Amino acid sequence: MTDIRYLAPPTLDEAVSAFAAAQGAARILAGGTDLLVQMRNGMARPGTIIDIKKIPEMTSVTESADGGFWVGAAVSGAALAEHPRFGKVWPGVLEAINLIGSTQVQGRASPGGNLCHGSPAADSVPAMVAAGAVVTIAGPNGRRTMPVEAFPAGPGRTNLAAGEILVGFTLPARPAGSGDAYLRMIPRTEMDIAVVGVGVSLTMAGGVVAAARVGLGAAAPTVLLVPDAARALVGSKLDDAALNAAAAACSAACKPIDDKRGTIVYRTKVAAVLLKRAAAIAADRAQGKA
Amino acid sequence: MNAIDNKWIGKRTIRPDGADKVTGRAGYSADHSMPGMIWGRVLRSPHPHAVIRGIDTSKAEALPGVKAVVTAKDIVDFPLDKSVMLGIQDMRWMCRNIMAREKALFHGHPVAAVAAISEEVAEAACKLIEVDYEVLPHVIEIEDAIKPDAPILHDFVRHEGKPSNIATTMVNKLGDVDAGFAQADLIIERSFKTRPVHQGYIEPHACTVSHAADGKVTIWSSSQGQFMVRAMTSLLTGIPQSNIRAIPAEIGGGFGAKTIIYLEPVAVMLAKKSGRPVKMVMSRDEVFRATGPTSGSMSTVKIGVKKDGSIVAAQGTFYLQAGGLPGSPLRGPVGCSFSPYNIENVLSVGYDVVSNRSKVAAYRAPGAPLGAYATECVLDEIAEKLGMDKLELRLKNTAKPGGKTVYGATFGQITFKETVEAIKNHPHYTAPLDKNPSKGVVRGRGVASGFWFNAGGESSAQVNLTEDGNVTVTTGHPDVGGSRASIANVTAELLGIDHSRISVLIGDTSSIGFSNLTGGSRVTFASAMVVTQSTEKVIGQLKERAAKIWKIDPEAVIWDNGEARPAGPNAGQFPPLTLKELAAKANEMGGPIGAGVQLNTTGADPGFATHCVDVEVDVDLGIVRVLRYTAAQDVGRALHPSYVEGQIQGGVVQGIGWALSEEYLYNAKGQLDNASFLDYRMPVCSDVPMIEPIMLEIPNPKHPQGVRGVGEAPIVPPLAAIANAIHDALGKRFYSLPMSPPKVLEVIDAR
Repeated sequence: MTDIRYLAPPTLDEAVSAFAAAQGAARILAGGTDLLVQMRNGMARPGTIIDIKKIPEMTSVTESADGGFWVGAAVSGAALAEHPRFGKVWPGVLEAINLIGSTQVQGRASPGGNLCHGSPAADSVPAMVAAGAVVTIAGPNGRRTMPVEAFPAGPGRTNLAAGEILVGFTLPARPAGSGDAYLRMIPRTEMDIAVVGVGVSLTMAGGVVAAARVGLGAAAPTVLLVPDAARALVGSKLDDAALNAAAAACSAACKPIDDKRGTIVYRTKVAAVLLKRAAAIAADRAQGKA
Repeated sequence: MNAIDNKWIGKRTIRPDGADKVTGRAGYSADHSMPGMIWGRVLRSPHPHAVIRGIDTSKAEALPGVKAVVTAKDIVDFPLDKSVMLGIQDMRWMCRNIMAREKALFHGHPVAAVAAISEEVAEAACKLIEVDYEVLPHVIEIEDAIKPDAPILHDFVRHEGKPSNIATTMVNKLGDVDAGFAQADLIIERSFKTRPVHQGYIEPHACTVSHAADGKVTIWSSSQGQFMVRAMTSLLTGIPQSNIRAIPAEIGGGFGAKTIIYLEPVAVMLAKKSGRPVKMVMSRDEVFRATGPTSGSMSTVKIGVKKDGSIVAAQGTFYLQAGGLPGSPLRGPVGCSFSPYNIENVLSVGYDVVSNRSKVAAYRAPGAPLGAYATECVLDEIAEKLGMDKLELRLKNTAKPGGKTVYGATFGQITFKETVEAIKNHPHYTAPLDKNPSKGVVRGRGVASGFWFNAGGESSAQVNLTEDGNVTVTTGHPDVGGSRASIANVTAELLGIDHSRISVLIGDTSSIGFSNLTGGSRVTFASAMVVTQSTEKVIGQLKERAAKIWKIDPEAVIWDNGEARPAGPNAGQFPPLTLKELAAKANEMGGPIGAGVQLNTTGADPGFATHCVDVEVDVDLGIVRVLRYTAAQDVGRALHPSYVEGQIQGGVVQGIGWALSEEYLYNAKGQLDNASFLDYRMPVCSDVPMIEPIMLEIPNPKHPQGVRGVGEAPIVPPLAAIANAIHDALGKRFYSLPMSPPKVLEVIDAR
């Protein structure tokens, strides 16, 4: 095997400089649960590995005064689960992140890595999309932000420009009466990859949906925001008609493929079922019933 | 044996290999290394079907660090016109399976191998080998392979006089099925499909091989038989068996698939050419792509019954996928499918179909599950149509002692009825089932039975006393399921000494007599037999020594509770002599004490099993979950109950995977599309409930402890039991496996 240079810079600026200096021959290492597997398979042969876990900003979870959250790109699923507040405010985002891999993998795997891997089936992404998360990106030209749903560009591809690094996620402040949920369909009960995943975030007022966002995974080349599904829910009491309309919108948004993990027909049907189920859980959470 | 009096047999003793395995000390195949060792890698065909016109290895050989390159030219050629068998394996196919000769027959078929100073150099060298392929059209599925215009894999294969992909036909027959069906009041005929499934052992194939300057070869590898490794390596390399020593490593699962080899002869030739020890380790991808799953199948089963439920005739037609070279386990479905039942007229036919897939290998009761799947689903439908209890239908038709089987044997003791009754009387079968516990969720219960031949065969054991009065027992079988623990229990019981004083070892091919494969549910049966006879010889020697010390007749000495005693007052008054005391005097009184026995064991009567399962179906997603599972089996005598239960539970779990989620998926290019544990969906722990085994201990009269083979029968019923339970839940029958969510939802939505 060729020699690999390993760097663990203590600051983001140093990481950005090193990454730019490597001119595409470097890979960012967060948990490594995708990168190391790719290297073992011979799919990735980086000349330099830049470990970002020494950078405080990228490994911290902070709640702002207004109730928003910062989640560093390299925070592990296990660390996020141990945060005293995050799971109470964003139970759907947390459950999505905690579905990635096994207990052991949870000790390393991060939402940043999950997003940067570019898989349409990444579990944390539909939940982040539903949550309205905004990502912060740092590169040679400074910092920029974008909505999380704008980040993926296709299977295995992202909209990061050359030399850019994902720094973390900002989740908005949460109005009272809000709840979220993420459900995925997998043939097994664990250790599997989503055939379809749906994240729903709701704000309820007096039993009526005041605001909604829906994220849909593994049903198109990228994780999708499904505004039509959200529109069908807003203003409703989550009655059958509204749920059916939202479910139909979810199915309509699907542009899946037939592959070893699922068929077009199956994925399209399952997207609708999961939308209804996730909306029910999110509503219960929003109204303090779960 | 009277269970009440047993001190060790039937007890859950600590397994001799347990501490090493839970602490990671146990040495598996890939754990052995040697000074100067180099690494072997295999170049595999990128085409599912191609003529190999030539192989140019010169660039690979010129790469710095490369020490040897091997192709089919280096492997012994077994010409196509003459079969040379080793057990059930034909060396014509084995030599072509380990290294493609005239043709590459599947994507991943080995074409050449390289040994180099590192895995990376070996891998790089593989890429420098130039193979001149003439790519041919390929065929993957049975239904395509048996079409008249299918690409033909082998010119030498003829079926009904014409070129064909049907390599063999097996016909088993009893009575006259036409006459039988003429008497039937109800005939049900259904067709079924199953997919190839992999044994899914966690340990990939691996070996380390040394070829010394004097021509002596040593092989460290895990397998289901070190003697098979020696014999097959000898045949495929031309090196005499006396020059090969095969040392068994601990085995991380085989389930039948490690009854053949892939790497060892290649590694031997690389070691011979390079003069260096060679290690080869398969990746998981290689294991899935190029080692044997079991056959997929297409079958049709027709059963005729009278109104009272008595079966008058049964007919089965089973097409099995062999992979690229002949050798499907035809006798599994052909011989087992109808054998639990007393049927006068049976016609059971199997076809061995080659196609461009990896060659199948044995898998736990090879072929029997796919046959029982068809038969037991048809019986379920018959019971439904007759309005009869499903277990009553089976009880009405159980095979009879002295009855003739379709595969030719005559039954001795039959313990099928007991397994059916055990389920019938179990609280699981009688428990109420809430068939619609919530919206969108339905539940159902199913039953099915199964049969497996079980095997005896050659085994060797040596029991030796150590100088300090303890015991070593050596057998020739790799321990795949706790056989060392069972052997320790037997030896402790017979000698009347504490279990901890017995060390049970697995000998290599040079240190113990020939022992056939760990397979066919035979090892506990056969090794307990040879160990018992060896131990009895040792006890005879101990009594002789005591008699010599006491100067009385050996007949007047008994062995009791670890001591020699005079048989009675007439024999004389002597304080007992313990094993330790006799061992201390062994050399002065005639020499070391020990005995070995080598036998071709017989009397392994068949295994029967009946299972009951509850499932829950999510009707919106098509997901089937197993809620409760109870498995009854006649185990003869459970020498070590934990490992008998483990065999039953393991077989059931593999059956659940086969029924619900496991399958080989090929893409249009003829490449396996799911060669990883992520996408080859074996059940994980959380997918299955606690499997409750019912061990029926009906002693096998032909075995000293009453042992009956256990390991394979438990994988036979689950496929049908689960299909029948899903039918009970949904009112829909499934005729193909796996019953995966998309398939289940499709059937539900077809309402």
